[in-house]
Amino acid sequence: MMGRPTGRLLAHAIPALAGILFLAAWEGLVRWYDVPAYLVPGPVAIWQALTGDWPMLAGSMLVTLKIALLALLAAVTLGGLLAILFAQSPILERALFPYAVVLQVTPIVAIAPLILIWVDDVTLSLLICAWIVAFFPVLSNTVLGLNSADRNLVELFRLYGATRWQTLMLLRLPSALPFFLAGLRVAGGLALIGAVVAEFVAGAGGTGSGLAWRILEAGFQLKIPRMFAALALISACGIAIFAALGLLQHLLLRRWHESAVRAEG
Amino acid sequence: MQPLVRLAGVSKRFGSGTEALSGIDLTIGAGEFLSLLGPSGCGKSTLLRLVAGLAEPSAGTVAWAGGARPRIGFVFQDATLMPWTSALENVRLPLRLDGRLPREEQRARAAAALSDVGLGGFERAYPRELSGGMRMRVSIARALVTQPAVLLMDEPFAALDEITRNRLNDDLIALWAARAGAMTVVFVTHSVFESVYLSSRIVVMSPRPGRIARDLAIPGPAPRPAGFRTSADYAALCRGVSEGLEAAMA
Ligand SMILES: Nc1ncnc2c1ncn2[C@@H]1O[C@H](COP(=O)(O)OP(=O)(O)OP(=O)(O)O)[C@@H](O)[C@H]1O
Ligand SMILES: [Mg+2]
Repeated sequence: MMGRPTGRLLAHAIPALAGILFLAAWEGLVRWYDVPAYLVPGPVAIWQALTGDWPMLAGSMLVTLKIALLALLAAVTLGGLLAILFAQSPILERALFPYAVVLQVTPIVAIAPLILIWVDDVTLSLLICAWIVAFFPVLSNTVLGLNSADRNLVELFRLYGATRWQTLMLLRLPSALPFFLAGLRVAGGLALIGAVVAEFVAGAGGTGSGLAWRILEAGFQLKIPRMFAALALISACGIAIFAALGLLQHLLLRRWHESAVRAEG
Repeated sequence: MQPLVRLAGVSKRFGSGTEALSGIDLTIGAGEFLSLLGPSGCGKSTLLRLVAGLAEPSAGTVAWAGGARPRIGFVFQDATLMPWTSALENVRLPLRLDGRLPREEQRARAAAALSDVGLGGFERAYPRELSGGMRMRVSIARALVTQPAVLLMDEPFAALDEITRNRLNDDLIALWAARAGAMTVVFVTHSVFESVYLSSRIVVMSPRPGRIARDLAIPGPAPRPAGFRTSADYAALCRGVSEGLEAAMA
Protein backbone atom coordinates (compact mmCIF):
# COMPACT_ATOMS: atom_id res chain seq x y z
CA MET A 1 0.00 0.00 0.00
CA MET A 2 1.01 3.58 -0.59
CA GLY A 3 1.54 6.02 2.26
CA ARG A 4 -1.69 7.40 3.67
CA PRO A 5 -2.06 11.04 2.53
CA THR A 6 -0.32 10.72 -0.86
CA GLY A 7 -2.06 7.42 -1.49
CA ARG A 8 -5.49 8.89 -0.79
CA LEU A 9 -4.75 11.94 -2.95
CA LEU A 10 -3.53 9.82 -5.85
CA ALA A 11 -6.54 7.56 -5.58
CA HIS A 12 -8.73 10.57 -6.31
CA ALA A 13 -6.38 12.43 -8.63
CA ILE A 14 -5.85 9.60 -11.10
CA PRO A 15 -9.48 9.07 -12.16
CA ALA A 16 -10.05 12.85 -12.14
CA LEU A 17 -7.10 13.37 -14.44
CA ALA A 18 -8.28 10.57 -16.73
CA GLY A 19 -11.71 12.24 -16.89
CA ILE A 20 -10.27 15.62 -17.75
CA LEU A 21 -8.07 14.12 -20.44
CA PHE A 22 -11.05 12.30 -21.90
CA LEU A 23 -13.18 15.47 -22.02
CA ALA A 24 -10.32 17.46 -23.53
CA ALA A 25 -9.76 14.83 -26.21
CA TRP A 26 -13.49 14.76 -26.95
CA GLU A 27 -13.68 18.52 -27.32
CA GLY A 28 -10.49 18.55 -29.39
CA LEU A 29 -11.72 15.87 -31.81
CA VAL A 30 -15.12 17.49 -32.22
CA ARG A 31 -13.46 20.82 -33.10
CA TRP A 32 -10.71 19.34 -35.24
CA TYR A 33 -13.12 17.39 -37.43
CA ASP A 34 -15.79 20.07 -37.25
CA VAL A 35 -18.45 17.59 -36.14
CA PRO A 36 -21.86 19.31 -36.16
CA ALA A 37 -23.43 19.69 -32.70
CA TYR A 38 -26.59 17.81 -33.80
CA LEU A 39 -24.45 14.69 -34.29
CA VAL A 40 -21.97 14.84 -31.44
CA PRO A 41 -21.79 17.97 -29.32
CA GLY A 42 -18.56 18.71 -27.48
CA PRO A 43 -18.40 19.02 -23.69
CA VAL A 44 -18.41 22.81 -23.94
CA ALA A 45 -21.64 22.85 -25.93
CA ILE A 46 -23.20 20.40 -23.48
CA TRP A 47 -22.13 22.56 -20.57
CA GLN A 48 -23.68 25.59 -22.26
CA ALA A 49 -26.93 23.69 -22.76
CA LEU A 50 -26.84 22.62 -19.13
CA THR A 51 -26.39 26.13 -17.77
CA GLY A 52 -28.63 27.75 -20.37
CA ASP A 53 -31.55 25.41 -19.78
CA TRP A 54 -30.81 24.95 -16.09
CA PRO A 55 -34.20 25.98 -14.64
CA MET A 56 -36.04 23.56 -16.92
CA LEU A 57 -33.52 20.73 -16.50
CA ALA A 58 -33.26 21.17 -12.74
CA GLY A 59 -37.04 21.06 -12.46
CA SER A 60 -37.10 17.83 -14.46
CA MET A 61 -34.30 16.41 -12.38
CA LEU A 62 -36.30 17.01 -9.22
CA VAL A 63 -39.29 15.24 -10.75
CA THR A 64 -37.25 12.16 -11.66
CA LEU A 65 -35.35 12.16 -8.40
CA LYS A 66 -38.55 12.44 -6.41
CA ILE A 67 -40.05 9.43 -8.15
CA ALA A 68 -36.87 7.38 -7.74
CA LEU A 69 -36.55 8.20 -4.06
CA LEU A 70 -40.22 7.59 -3.27
CA ALA A 71 -40.00 4.28 -5.10
CA LEU A 72 -36.92 3.40 -3.08
CA LEU A 73 -38.72 4.27 0.13
CA ALA A 74 -41.65 2.07 -0.86
CA ALA A 75 -39.26 -0.72 -1.83
CA VAL A 76 -37.51 -0.53 1.51
CA THR A 77 -40.74 -0.50 3.49
CA LEU A 78 -42.55 -3.21 1.59
CA GLY A 79 -39.47 -5.31 0.79
CA GLY A 80 -38.29 -5.13 4.39
CA LEU A 81 -41.67 -5.94 5.90
CA LEU A 82 -42.29 -8.80 3.50
CA ALA A 83 -38.83 -10.19 4.28
CA ILE A 84 -39.60 -10.14 8.00
CA LEU A 85 -42.91 -11.85 7.32
CA PHE A 86 -41.13 -14.50 5.25
CA ALA A 87 -38.60 -15.08 8.01
CA GLN A 88 -41.44 -15.64 10.48
CA SER A 89 -43.37 -17.97 8.20
CA PRO A 90 -41.46 -20.23 5.82
CA ILE A 91 -44.75 -21.39 4.31
CA LEU A 92 -45.60 -17.86 3.29
CA GLU A 93 -42.11 -17.49 1.87
CA ARG A 94 -42.46 -20.63 -0.17
CA ALA A 95 -45.86 -19.51 -1.43
CA LEU A 96 -44.98 -15.95 -2.41
CA PHE A 97 -41.29 -15.75 -3.16
CA PRO A 98 -41.62 -17.28 -6.67
CA TYR A 99 -43.99 -14.47 -7.61
CA ALA A 100 -41.51 -11.89 -6.42
CA VAL A 101 -39.02 -13.57 -8.74
CA VAL A 102 -41.50 -13.42 -11.63
CA LEU A 103 -41.95 -9.71 -10.98
CA GLN A 104 -38.20 -9.33 -10.97
CA VAL A 105 -37.39 -11.18 -14.19
CA THR A 106 -40.15 -9.62 -16.32
CA PRO A 107 -38.61 -6.59 -18.07
CA ILE A 108 -40.03 -3.36 -16.76
CA VAL A 109 -40.34 -1.94 -20.31
CA ALA A 110 -42.84 -4.67 -20.99
CA ILE A 111 -44.90 -4.07 -17.85
CA ALA A 112 -44.80 -0.28 -17.90
CA PRO A 113 -47.36 0.25 -20.72
CA LEU A 114 -49.88 -1.90 -18.86
CA ILE A 115 -49.38 -0.03 -15.64
CA LEU A 116 -49.77 3.26 -17.47
CA ILE A 117 -53.07 2.07 -18.84
CA TRP A 118 -54.37 0.69 -15.55
CA VAL A 119 -53.30 3.56 -13.34
CA ASP A 120 -54.77 6.92 -14.23
CA ASP A 121 -52.30 9.05 -12.37
CA VAL A 122 -49.05 9.24 -14.35
CA THR A 123 -46.83 9.98 -11.35
CA LEU A 124 -48.28 7.04 -9.47
CA SER A 125 -47.75 4.68 -12.39
CA LEU A 126 -44.14 5.82 -12.74
CA LEU A 127 -43.72 5.24 -9.04
CA ILE A 128 -45.10 1.72 -9.33
CA CYS A 129 -42.74 0.89 -12.19
CA ALA A 130 -39.71 2.16 -10.30
CA TRP A 131 -40.86 0.33 -7.21
CA ILE A 132 -41.16 -2.97 -9.07
CA VAL A 133 -37.50 -2.91 -10.07
CA ALA A 134 -36.18 -1.62 -6.77
CA PHE A 135 -38.20 -3.94 -4.61
CA PHE A 136 -36.60 -7.30 -5.32
CA PRO A 137 -32.99 -6.68 -4.23
CA VAL A 138 -34.24 -5.33 -0.91
CA LEU A 139 -36.51 -8.31 -0.41
CA SER A 140 -34.10 -11.05 -1.42
CA ASN A 141 -31.12 -9.61 0.43
CA THR A 142 -33.09 -9.03 3.61
CA VAL A 143 -34.52 -12.54 3.51
CA LEU A 144 -31.01 -13.90 3.10
CA GLY A 145 -29.76 -11.71 5.94
CA LEU A 146 -32.54 -12.66 8.33
CA ASN A 147 -31.77 -16.32 7.73
CA SER A 148 -28.03 -16.03 8.18
CA ALA A 149 -27.90 -15.28 11.87
CA ASP A 150 -25.13 -17.24 13.59
CA ARG A 151 -26.54 -20.68 14.44
CA ASN A 152 -24.86 -20.76 17.82
CA LEU A 153 -26.34 -17.38 18.69
CA VAL A 154 -29.76 -18.64 17.67
CA GLU A 155 -29.28 -21.55 20.07
CA LEU A 156 -28.08 -19.23 22.79
CA PHE A 157 -31.27 -17.19 22.43
CA ARG A 158 -33.26 -20.41 22.64
CA LEU A 159 -31.36 -21.50 25.74
CA TYR A 160 -32.26 -18.26 27.48
CA GLY A 161 -35.90 -18.61 26.51
CA ALA A 162 -35.98 -15.66 24.11
CA THR A 163 -39.35 -14.87 22.57
CA ARG A 164 -39.77 -14.74 18.80
CA TRP A 165 -39.95 -10.99 19.01
CA GLN A 166 -36.71 -10.77 21.00
CA THR A 167 -34.94 -13.07 18.58
CA LEU A 168 -36.13 -10.94 15.69
CA MET A 169 -35.24 -7.58 17.21
CA LEU A 170 -32.00 -8.46 18.98
CA LEU A 171 -30.59 -11.10 16.65
CA ARG A 172 -32.13 -11.48 13.21
CA LEU A 173 -32.53 -7.83 12.29
CA PRO A 174 -28.99 -6.82 13.27
CA SER A 175 -27.63 -9.87 11.43
CA ALA A 176 -29.60 -8.83 8.36
CA LEU A 177 -28.47 -5.21 8.38
CA PRO A 178 -25.34 -5.62 6.21
CA PHE A 179 -27.30 -7.68 3.69
CA PHE A 180 -30.16 -5.20 3.69
CA LEU A 181 -27.80 -2.29 3.09
CA ALA A 182 -26.10 -4.07 0.21
CA GLY A 183 -29.54 -4.67 -1.31
CA LEU A 184 -30.49 -1.06 -0.70
CA ARG A 185 -27.45 0.13 -2.64
CA VAL A 186 -28.43 -1.95 -5.63
CA ALA A 187 -32.06 -0.89 -5.27
CA GLY A 188 -31.10 2.80 -5.27
CA GLY A 189 -29.61 2.56 -8.75
CA LEU A 190 -32.46 0.38 -9.99
CA ALA A 191 -35.13 2.77 -8.70
CA LEU A 192 -33.64 5.53 -10.84
CA ILE A 193 -33.42 3.23 -13.87
CA GLY A 194 -37.00 2.12 -13.30
CA ALA A 195 -38.19 5.71 -13.07
CA VAL A 196 -36.36 6.71 -16.25
CA VAL A 197 -37.54 3.69 -18.24
CA ALA A 198 -41.13 4.27 -17.17
CA GLU A 199 -40.83 7.92 -18.11
CA PHE A 200 -39.65 6.94 -21.56
CA VAL A 201 -42.64 4.67 -22.00
CA ALA A 202 -44.99 7.35 -20.72
CA GLY A 203 -43.17 10.04 -22.71
CA ALA A 204 -43.71 8.13 -25.94
CA GLY A 205 -47.37 8.98 -25.39
CA GLY A 206 -46.46 12.66 -25.37
CA THR A 207 -46.69 13.51 -21.69
CA GLY A 208 -44.07 13.92 -19.04
CA SER A 209 -41.88 16.29 -17.17
CA GLY A 210 -38.92 14.25 -15.91
CA LEU A 211 -35.42 13.98 -17.32
CA ALA A 212 -36.27 11.11 -19.66
CA TRP A 213 -38.99 13.24 -21.16
CA ARG A 214 -36.45 16.06 -21.67
CA ILE A 215 -34.27 13.62 -23.58
CA LEU A 216 -37.14 12.57 -25.82
CA GLU A 217 -38.25 16.15 -26.32
CA ALA A 218 -34.73 17.35 -27.11
CA GLY A 219 -34.44 14.47 -29.57
CA PHE A 220 -37.61 15.57 -31.41
CA GLN A 221 -36.30 19.14 -31.54
CA LEU A 222 -32.79 18.02 -32.55
CA LYS A 223 -31.36 19.86 -29.53
CA ILE A 224 -28.68 17.26 -29.07
CA PRO A 225 -26.53 19.16 -26.53
CA ARG A 226 -29.57 19.40 -24.24
CA MET A 227 -30.11 15.69 -24.69
CA PHE A 228 -26.58 15.05 -23.52
CA ALA A 229 -27.03 17.50 -20.65
CA ALA A 230 -30.13 15.61 -19.45
CA LEU A 231 -28.25 12.35 -19.79
CA ALA A 232 -25.39 13.73 -17.69
CA LEU A 233 -27.88 14.76 -15.03
CA ILE A 234 -29.36 11.27 -14.89
CA SER A 235 -25.88 9.85 -14.37
CA ALA A 236 -25.18 12.45 -11.71
CA CYS A 237 -28.38 11.46 -9.87
CA GLY A 238 -27.40 7.81 -10.03
CA ILE A 239 -23.95 8.54 -8.71
CA ALA A 240 -25.35 10.72 -5.93
CA ILE A 241 -27.82 8.04 -4.82
CA PHE A 242 -25.13 5.37 -4.89
CA ALA A 243 -22.69 7.53 -2.93
CA ALA A 244 -25.28 8.56 -0.35
CA LEU A 245 -26.30 4.94 0.26
CA GLY A 246 -22.63 3.96 0.45
CA LEU A 247 -22.11 6.59 3.11
CA LEU A 248 -25.12 5.32 5.03
CA GLN A 249 -23.71 1.80 4.81
CA HIS A 250 -20.36 2.97 6.08
CA LEU A 251 -21.83 4.92 8.98
CA LEU A 252 -24.04 2.09 10.15
CA LEU A 253 -21.49 -0.71 9.83
CA ARG A 254 -18.12 0.87 10.46
CA ARG A 255 -17.89 -0.26 14.08
CA TRP A 256 -18.47 -3.89 13.53
CA HIS A 257 -18.81 -5.24 10.03
CA GLU A 258 -15.83 -6.39 8.00
CA SER A 259 -17.09 -4.71 4.85
CA ALA A 260 -16.99 -1.26 6.44
CA VAL A 261 -14.08 -1.57 8.81
CA ARG A 262 -11.05 0.22 7.43
CA ALA A 263 -7.88 -1.83 7.74
CA GLU A 264 -5.62 -0.39 10.37
CA GLY A 265 -1.87 0.06 10.64
CA MET B 1 -22.32 -35.48 46.77
CA GLN B 2 -25.87 -34.58 45.75
CA PRO B 3 -26.78 -35.70 42.24
CA LEU B 4 -27.69 -32.79 40.01
CA VAL B 5 -28.73 -34.48 36.81
CA ARG B 6 -29.07 -38.12 35.85
CA LEU B 7 -28.85 -39.39 32.29
CA ALA B 8 -30.32 -42.86 32.01
CA GLY B 9 -30.02 -45.00 28.88
CA VAL B 10 -29.60 -41.93 26.72
CA SER B 11 -29.14 -42.48 23.00
CA LYS B 12 -29.14 -40.04 20.16
CA ARG B 13 -29.66 -40.96 16.55
CA PHE B 14 -29.78 -38.21 13.94
CA GLY B 15 -32.11 -38.12 10.98
CA SER B 16 -29.15 -38.94 8.77
CA GLY B 17 -28.87 -42.29 10.56
CA THR B 18 -25.72 -41.42 12.52
CA GLU B 19 -25.85 -42.90 15.97
CA ALA B 20 -24.01 -40.25 17.97
CA LEU B 21 -24.65 -41.62 21.46
CA SER B 22 -25.69 -44.99 22.71
CA GLY B 23 -26.78 -46.13 26.15
CA ILE B 24 -25.26 -43.31 28.19
CA ASP B 25 -25.75 -43.67 31.94
CA LEU B 26 -24.21 -40.75 33.75
CA THR B 27 -24.96 -38.98 37.00
CA ILE B 28 -23.44 -35.55 37.41
CA GLY B 29 -23.06 -34.41 41.00
CA ALA B 30 -23.82 -30.89 42.19
CA GLY B 31 -20.67 -28.80 42.42
CA GLU B 32 -18.51 -31.10 40.31
CA PHE B 33 -16.05 -30.00 37.68
CA LEU B 34 -16.54 -32.74 35.15
CA SER B 35 -14.63 -33.02 31.89
CA LEU B 36 -15.86 -34.97 28.92
CA LEU B 37 -12.78 -36.27 27.13
CA GLY B 38 -12.74 -38.12 23.87
CA PRO B 39 -11.70 -38.12 20.23
CA SER B 40 -13.40 -36.00 17.59
CA GLY B 41 -16.85 -37.21 16.62
CA CYS B 42 -17.50 -39.30 19.73
CA GLY B 43 -20.58 -37.27 20.63
CA LYS B 44 -19.30 -34.87 23.29
CA SER B 45 -21.05 -31.85 21.83
CA THR B 46 -24.20 -33.85 21.32
CA LEU B 47 -24.16 -34.93 24.96
CA LEU B 48 -23.70 -31.35 26.08
CA ARG B 49 -26.60 -30.18 23.92
CA LEU B 50 -28.82 -32.87 25.41
CA VAL B 51 -27.94 -31.67 28.90
CA ALA B 52 -28.63 -28.07 27.86
CA GLY B 53 -31.99 -29.06 26.45
CA LEU B 54 -31.02 -27.82 22.98
CA ALA B 55 -31.71 -31.30 21.64
CA GLU B 56 -33.90 -34.19 22.74
CA PRO B 57 -32.60 -37.75 23.24
CA SER B 58 -33.92 -40.41 20.85
CA ALA B 59 -34.16 -42.77 23.81
CA GLY B 60 -33.60 -42.52 27.54
CA THR B 61 -34.13 -39.64 29.94
CA VAL B 62 -32.36 -36.59 31.28
CA ALA B 63 -33.70 -36.02 34.79
CA TRP B 64 -32.78 -33.03 36.92
CA ALA B 65 -32.78 -33.06 40.69
CA GLY B 66 -35.78 -31.01 41.72
CA GLY B 67 -37.57 -31.77 38.47
CA ALA B 68 -36.84 -28.64 36.46
CA ARG B 69 -33.75 -27.67 34.53
CA PRO B 70 -31.83 -25.09 36.55
CA ARG B 71 -30.26 -21.94 35.13
CA ILE B 72 -27.65 -22.88 32.56
CA GLY B 73 -24.72 -21.01 31.09
CA PHE B 74 -23.30 -22.20 27.77
CA VAL B 75 -19.91 -21.41 26.26
CA PHE B 76 -19.26 -22.40 22.66
CA GLN B 77 -16.00 -23.30 20.98
CA ASP B 78 -15.74 -19.85 19.48
CA ALA B 79 -16.81 -16.84 21.44
CA THR B 80 -20.12 -16.47 19.55
CA LEU B 81 -20.61 -12.81 20.39
CA MET B 82 -22.92 -10.38 18.68
CA PRO B 83 -20.47 -8.33 16.60
CA TRP B 84 -22.77 -5.32 16.34
CA THR B 85 -22.70 -4.41 19.96
CA SER B 86 -20.34 -3.79 22.86
CA ALA B 87 -18.84 -6.27 25.30
CA LEU B 88 -21.16 -4.98 28.00
CA GLU B 89 -24.27 -5.47 25.89
CA ASN B 90 -23.11 -8.95 24.92
CA VAL B 91 -22.74 -9.90 28.56
CA ARG B 92 -26.05 -8.26 29.46
CA LEU B 93 -27.91 -10.35 26.86
CA PRO B 94 -29.14 -13.19 29.12
CA LEU B 95 -30.46 -10.70 31.67
CA ARG B 96 -32.08 -8.67 28.95
CA LEU B 97 -33.82 -11.72 27.49
CA ASP B 98 -35.01 -12.65 30.95
CA GLY B 99 -36.24 -9.12 31.43
CA ARG B 100 -36.98 -9.27 35.13
CA LEU B 101 -34.24 -6.98 36.40
CA PRO B 102 -34.37 -3.26 35.73
CA ARG B 103 -31.99 -2.08 33.02
CA GLU B 104 -29.58 -0.32 35.36
CA GLU B 105 -29.25 -3.43 37.50
CA GLN B 106 -28.64 -5.51 34.36
CA ARG B 107 -25.86 -3.14 33.36
CA ALA B 108 -24.28 -3.22 36.79
CA ARG B 109 -24.28 -7.02 36.88
CA ALA B 110 -22.89 -7.28 33.37
CA ALA B 111 -20.09 -4.86 34.29
CA ALA B 112 -19.35 -6.88 37.42
CA ALA B 113 -19.23 -10.11 35.41
CA LEU B 114 -16.82 -8.49 32.97
CA SER B 115 -14.51 -7.39 35.73
CA ASP B 116 -14.69 -10.90 37.27
CA VAL B 117 -13.11 -12.27 34.11
CA GLY B 118 -10.48 -9.52 34.12
CA LEU B 119 -12.08 -7.26 31.53
CA GLY B 120 -12.97 -4.27 33.66
CA GLY B 121 -12.56 -1.18 31.48
CA PHE B 122 -13.51 -2.97 28.25
CA GLU B 123 -17.26 -2.49 28.60
CA ARG B 124 -17.58 -0.33 25.52
CA ALA B 125 -15.21 -2.32 23.30
CA TYR B 126 -16.72 -4.11 20.34
CA PRO B 127 -15.84 -7.79 19.79
CA ARG B 128 -13.64 -7.02 16.80
CA GLU B 129 -11.56 -4.70 18.95
CA LEU B 130 -10.72 -7.53 21.35
CA SER B 131 -8.19 -10.35 21.06
CA GLY B 132 -9.32 -13.96 20.76
CA GLY B 133 -8.63 -14.63 24.43
CA MET B 134 -10.50 -11.50 25.50
CA ARG B 135 -13.49 -12.46 23.38
CA MET B 136 -13.53 -15.83 25.09
CA ARG B 137 -13.54 -14.05 28.43
CA VAL B 138 -16.54 -11.98 27.33
CA SER B 139 -18.26 -15.20 26.36
CA ILE B 140 -17.53 -16.69 29.80
CA ALA B 141 -18.74 -13.53 31.51
CA ARG B 142 -21.97 -13.79 29.53
CA ALA B 143 -22.41 -17.39 30.68
CA LEU B 144 -21.74 -16.45 34.31
CA VAL B 145 -23.80 -13.28 34.51
CA THR B 146 -26.99 -15.13 35.44
CA GLN B 147 -25.13 -16.98 38.25
CA PRO B 148 -26.00 -20.31 36.65
CA ALA B 149 -26.16 -23.55 38.60
CA VAL B 150 -24.61 -25.31 35.62
CA LEU B 151 -21.91 -24.09 33.28
CA LEU B 152 -21.60 -26.06 30.05
CA MET B 153 -18.48 -25.45 28.01
CA ASP B 154 -17.81 -26.97 24.60
CA GLU B 155 -14.07 -26.86 23.92
CA PRO B 156 -14.00 -23.20 24.87
CA PHE B 157 -10.24 -22.76 24.68
CA ALA B 158 -9.43 -25.01 21.72
CA ALA B 159 -8.73 -22.09 19.40
CA LEU B 160 -6.38 -20.27 21.77
CA ASP B 161 -2.62 -20.34 22.18
CA GLU B 162 -1.17 -22.28 25.08
CA ILE B 163 -0.22 -19.29 27.21
CA THR B 164 -3.68 -17.75 26.99
CA ARG B 165 -5.29 -21.12 27.48
CA ASN B 166 -3.32 -21.83 30.66
CA ARG B 167 -4.24 -18.46 32.06
CA LEU B 168 -7.92 -18.92 31.27
CA ASN B 169 -7.76 -22.40 32.83
CA ASP B 170 -6.52 -20.86 36.06
CA ASP B 171 -9.18 -18.16 35.93
CA LEU B 172 -11.87 -20.75 35.31
CA ILE B 173 -10.88 -22.92 38.27
CA ALA B 174 -10.78 -19.81 40.45
CA LEU B 175 -14.28 -18.78 39.32
CA TRP B 176 -15.58 -22.29 39.93
CA ALA B 177 -13.91 -22.55 43.36
CA ALA B 178 -15.26 -19.11 44.29
CA ARG B 179 -18.81 -20.37 43.86
CA ALA B 180 -17.91 -23.18 46.32
CA GLY B 181 -20.16 -26.02 45.30
CA ALA B 182 -22.94 -23.79 43.95
CA MET B 183 -21.84 -24.22 40.33
CA THR B 184 -21.36 -27.41 38.40
CA VAL B 185 -19.15 -27.31 35.32
CA VAL B 186 -19.31 -29.73 32.43
CA PHE B 187 -16.30 -29.11 30.23
CA VAL B 188 -15.70 -30.71 26.84
CA THR B 189 -12.12 -31.05 25.69
CA HIS B 190 -9.74 -33.05 23.52
CA SER B 191 -6.82 -32.38 25.78
CA VAL B 192 -5.77 -34.83 28.49
CA PHE B 193 -3.60 -32.18 30.15
CA GLU B 194 -6.34 -29.59 30.24
CA SER B 195 -8.91 -32.02 31.60
CA VAL B 196 -6.61 -33.25 34.35
CA TYR B 197 -5.65 -29.74 35.33
CA LEU B 198 -9.23 -28.53 35.57
CA SER B 199 -11.40 -31.36 36.69
CA SER B 200 -12.51 -33.16 39.77
CA ARG B 201 -13.79 -35.93 37.52
CA ILE B 202 -13.11 -37.05 33.96
CA VAL B 203 -15.48 -39.04 31.82
CA VAL B 204 -13.68 -40.64 28.87
CA MET B 205 -15.82 -41.37 25.84
CA SER B 206 -15.25 -43.80 22.98
CA PRO B 207 -16.50 -43.21 19.45
CA ARG B 208 -19.11 -44.58 17.06
CA PRO B 209 -21.45 -44.80 18.75
CA GLY B 210 -20.45 -42.59 21.67
CA ARG B 211 -20.27 -44.47 24.94
CA ILE B 212 -18.76 -43.87 28.33
CA ALA B 213 -15.50 -45.80 28.49
CA ARG B 214 -13.95 -44.57 31.74
CA ASP B 215 -15.09 -42.57 34.71
CA LEU B 216 -12.12 -41.23 36.68
CA ALA B 217 -12.00 -39.19 39.86
CA ILE B 218 -9.17 -36.64 39.87
CA PRO B 219 -7.87 -35.84 43.34
CA GLY B 220 -6.03 -32.65 44.19
CA PRO B 221 -6.67 -29.18 45.52
CA ALA B 222 -8.70 -26.53 43.73
CA PRO B 223 -7.61 -23.95 42.78
CA ARG B 224 -4.41 -25.64 41.71
CA PRO B 225 -1.33 -24.52 43.62
CA ALA B 226 1.51 -22.78 41.80
CA GLY B 227 3.79 -25.26 40.09
CA PHE B 228 1.10 -27.92 39.82
CA ARG B 229 1.60 -28.13 36.06
CA THR B 230 5.19 -29.29 36.49
CA SER B 231 4.60 -31.51 39.53
CA ALA B 232 5.09 -35.26 39.51
CA ASP B 233 1.51 -35.74 40.76
CA TYR B 234 0.15 -33.96 37.71
CA ALA B 235 2.33 -35.98 35.37
CA ALA B 236 1.21 -39.24 36.98
CA LEU B 237 -2.46 -38.27 36.71
CA CYS B 238 -2.02 -37.31 33.06
CA ARG B 239 -0.35 -40.64 32.35
CA GLY B 240 -3.24 -42.50 33.96
CA VAL B 241 -5.89 -40.62 31.99
CA SER B 242 -3.92 -40.94 28.80
CA GLU B 243 -3.76 -44.71 29.20
CA GLY B 244 -7.47 -44.74 29.91
CA LEU B 245 -8.11 -42.80 26.71
CA GLU B 246 -5.94 -45.13 24.65
CA ALA B 247 -7.67 -48.18 26.07
CA ALA B 248 -11.01 -46.61 25.19
CA MET B 249 -9.91 -46.08 21.60
CA ALA B 250 -8.65 -49.62 21.15
N1 LIG C 1 -27.07 -32.12 13.54
C1 LIG C 1 -26.50 -33.28 13.21
N2 LIG C 1 -27.02 -34.03 12.23
C2 LIG C 1 -26.48 -35.22 11.90
N3 LIG C 1 -25.41 -35.74 12.49
C3 LIG C 1 -24.83 -35.05 13.48
C4 LIG C 1 -25.34 -33.77 13.89
N4 LIG C 1 -24.56 -33.31 14.89
C5 LIG C 1 -23.62 -34.24 15.09
N5 LIG C 1 -23.77 -35.29 14.25
C6 LIG C 1 -22.93 -36.50 14.21
O1 LIG C 1 -22.87 -37.04 15.49
C7 LIG C 1 -21.55 -37.49 15.80
C8 LIG C 1 -21.07 -36.83 17.06
O2 LIG C 1 -20.95 -35.42 16.83
P1 LIG C 1 -20.46 -34.43 17.96
O3 LIG C 1 -20.47 -33.07 17.36
O4 LIG C 1 -21.27 -34.63 19.18
O5 LIG C 1 -18.98 -34.91 18.19
P2 LIG C 1 -17.87 -34.28 19.13
O6 LIG C 1 -17.42 -35.35 20.06
O7 LIG C 1 -18.34 -33.02 19.73
O8 LIG C 1 -16.72 -34.02 18.08
P3 LIG C 1 -15.65 -32.82 18.10
O9 LIG C 1 -14.69 -33.14 19.18
O10 LIG C 1 -15.03 -32.90 16.75
O11 LIG C 1 -16.39 -31.54 18.33
C9 LIG C 1 -20.71 -37.18 14.58
O12 LIG C 1 -20.53 -38.36 13.86
C10 LIG C 1 -21.52 -36.21 13.79
O13 LIG C 1 -21.35 -36.42 12.43
MG1 LIG D 1 -17.84 -30.95 19.46
